[in-house]
Amino acid sequence: MNAAIDHDVILKLEDVSKVYSGTVAVKRANFEVRKGAVNVLVGENGAGKSTLMKIIAGVEQPTLGRILLDGEEVSFSSSGDAVSRGIGMVFQELNLFGNLTVAENIFATREITNRFRKIDSREQERRAAEFLERLEAGIRPDMLVEDLRIGQQQLVEIAKAVSLDARILIMDEPTSALSAAEVEILFKVIADLKARGVAIVYISHRLEELIRIGDYITVLRDGRITGQETMKNVDTQWIVRQMIGSDAKDFAKADGHVPGEEIFRAADICLPRVTGGFAVDHVSLSLRAGEILGIYGLMGAGRSELFDCIMGRHGHATGAIFIAGKKVRERDTTRRIRRGLALIPEDRQREGLVSILSVASNLTLASLSRFVRLFHISGAKENHAVAQMVRELAIKVADPAQEVSSLSGGNQQKVVIGKALLTGPKVLLMDEPSRGIDVGAKADVFRTMRKLSRDGLGILFATSDLDEVMALSDRIAVMSNGKLTGMFDRAEATEAALVAASALGHGPPHTESHAHD
Amino acid sequence: MTDIPAKASVASASNGSVLLTLMKARTFIALIAVLIFFSIAAPNFLSAANLILMSKHVALNAFLAMGMTFVIITGGIDLSVGSIVGLCGMVAGYLVLNGIDLQVGYTIYFNVFEIALITLAVGILIGAVNGLLITRLNVAPFIATLGVLYVARGLALLSSDGRTFPNLVGKPDLGTTGFGFLGAGRLLGLPVSIWILVVVALGAAYLAKYTPLGRHIFAVGGNERAARISGVRVNMVKMFVYMFSGFCAAIVGLIISSELMASHPATGESFELNAIAAAVLGGTSMSGGRGTIGGTIVGAFVIGILSDGLVMMGVSSFWQMVIKGLVIIVAVVVDQAQRRLQSRVTLMQMAKAG
Repeated sequence: MNAAIDHDVILKLEDVSKVYSGTVAVKRANFEVRKGAVNVLVGENGAGKSTLMKIIAGVEQPTLGRILLDGEEVSFSSSGDAVSRGIGMVFQELNLFGNLTVAENIFATREITNRFRKIDSREQERRAAEFLERLEAGIRPDMLVEDLRIGQQQLVEIAKAVSLDARILIMDEPTSALSAAEVEILFKVIADLKARGVAIVYISHRLEELIRIGDYITVLRDGRITGQETMKNVDTQWIVRQMIGSDAKDFAKADGHVPGEEIFRAADICLPRVTGGFAVDHVSLSLRAGEILGIYGLMGAGRSELFDCIMGRHGHATGAIFIAGKKVRERDTTRRIRRGLALIPEDRQREGLVSILSVASNLTLASLSRFVRLFHISGAKENHAVAQMVRELAIKVADPAQEVSSLSGGNQQKVVIGKALLTGPKVLLMDEPSRGIDVGAKADVFRTMRKLSRDGLGILFATSDLDEVMALSDRIAVMSNGKLTGMFDRAEATEAALVAASALGHGPPHTESHAHD
Repeated sequence: MTDIPAKASVASASNGSVLLTLMKARTFIALIAVLIFFSIAAPNFLSAANLILMSKHVALNAFLAMGMTFVIITGGIDLSVGSIVGLCGMVAGYLVLNGIDLQVGYTIYFNVFEIALITLAVGILIGAVNGLLITRLNVAPFIATLGVLYVARGLALLSSDGRTFPNLVGKPDLGTTGFGFLGAGRLLGLPVSIWILVVVALGAAYLAKYTPLGRHIFAVGGNERAARISGVRVNMVKMFVYMFSGFCAAIVGLIISSELMASHPATGESFELNAIAAAVLGGTSMSGGRGTIGGTIVGAFVIGILSDGLVMMGVSSFWQMVIKGLVIIVAVVVDQAQRRLQSRVTLMQMAKAG
């Protein structure tokens, strides 16, 4: 890239902070956006990238600090404000109307009308076609958006942003749903925009992509900007170091117990994808009693899908699983739970809890048969078990008959964990167990994991948090694009090696686009 | 019957909100209100004979509403119950009159007990068809049961070519007598149908509260994905609720045929709407996960007493429809208001707890 060092600064954030009730999302950030260049923004989940972008796009207002556009101070009260000053944004979540045509979507809220206020569809479609042609996607402007592939929809979203004729264009993970070929086209469009002097702010998790198209890079960690450089001067190592930092979190210490015999083995697990290829691609791994095996990987690496296969949630998955050496022939979730498997799903609200039931009913939902005599649920036995779980996991609840939705996120997560533990599992699958819970609850969850492993449970836990996987695991498996791309002992694992393994085989189909951050 | 306010009062006693308690007991209050109103406004309303007669009317709707309650709690709907009532009545009538012709010169006649069992089996079977359509073929419950509504009604009409099976007294030499017992018989002074209602209602309430199946019904309606991951056999739960709904409808078919001593193929038209109304009035949430058998029975009584009382007062049936509709709408509006109030109280509790 011919990144001239001195591109003009078009937009500047000075000492910008953003505070939500209780949490500081961005702390005193200084950020410069340069004209005719790709300004890359990178950081782990929850580092504050999206918040920073929303401030620039006028969706959020900064709590403190100044925004300078062309050297003069501005404040945007809405995204419409920002658009009128020439700032456009491609959002991570698609903001399209599936029931309208591509052209109607591109010109939504600024429809082209004739003298009688009637929408001039022909003119809209003609102009939409111009933008789409640049994207070489073969999308006709009169097609319905819902008939397009997810990748094509993302291109429409991009066309919509380009059509704003913005001076500053923000792209939040624009490639997350694109195929390799589509990514190439997008990069061509970006080069074209750059040549016309447009400043591009580009957010992505894919490091190799950033290094290829970025001119300037800014790294965010925990709401702070930890590094700013021209892309020429940096490499992957540097980025990762800035992203991760070195401050310690409160992880429970390992107690040095030695794992026992193999308790669980997965052999050659495969899950075909509807769009071709595999979501889980021939994965085999084994786990010993009392061992914590961390599975590290980026979004869409196939970790959750692997867990789903193990739990028997996909009828068309292939491969075999063994518990304590015996093959598990049961294919449905109910009987696999009885064999000693339990899953703590990633999405607590959608998959973990029945939010309108009580804390007690949620805790015992998966293990009711333990409290049943003939067909009668023994209230005393059930209450006893509930009280014990509440105590053991330190769930803060006044009365277990309370609706579970009235608890805080951390306590809800403990309820999900308690539910799994009450089934008496031999192997516990934990999918992002610390997602979206506060620091104290995190520490509790980690302590519980340590204790369970000491009691002889095998724990498989998936995370995209490097600190977590390094601190808690006895061994670390890395997944990328559905494949197992690395397996490290705790002693030999380095952050750089994990990151490198998690980026292997990336590029082509990447259908998943988790909305998060 | 106390279990609608019972669960509620535990939580509300602690936050002391009188309004919330009143709203939670609204169906019960409505029941007392209609009872007081009609005992003043309609002469003879409180006579024992009238109360028993009304209970018999209410019982029919209450059976259907109980089945409907379980279905709605799982997040579904069963529109076919009225047609199942009609078809099961025809099955019973046909068996009493004609038996089953084996085509080899013999005809089997069943006694009344066996006829009742066969009829119940038919009801459960149609419920199973609903369940299979919904669980195996992924048809939306509204559509699946709408289809079955037409099919079952059509079969009922075909069974007699649209005619009524009259005079179901049976023949002593064939052992088919005594069919009238269900509809007209009495035990300890109360109609048999009331006793059946008591037994089925107690059974259903027990099932909802004290068995894993009952808990699973609520879990499926509250969050089907979470239930599935927790090992709940979602499809089996759904099969059960539709089969139970069919079972309840078959009971109603039997009782009506027995009361009239005749089976008419159009019996039960639009019964499903009354059943849904009773369930909703009793606090069952159409979005699933919430509802009680006790509440539904109270709801059925409110609707039944309202229509019988209005008849006794000589109010035109057109006005009766308007009033019934308004009562249902008010019930749901109050239900929503209660939810909002409840969540506000919960939030305040959370804020206080820090």
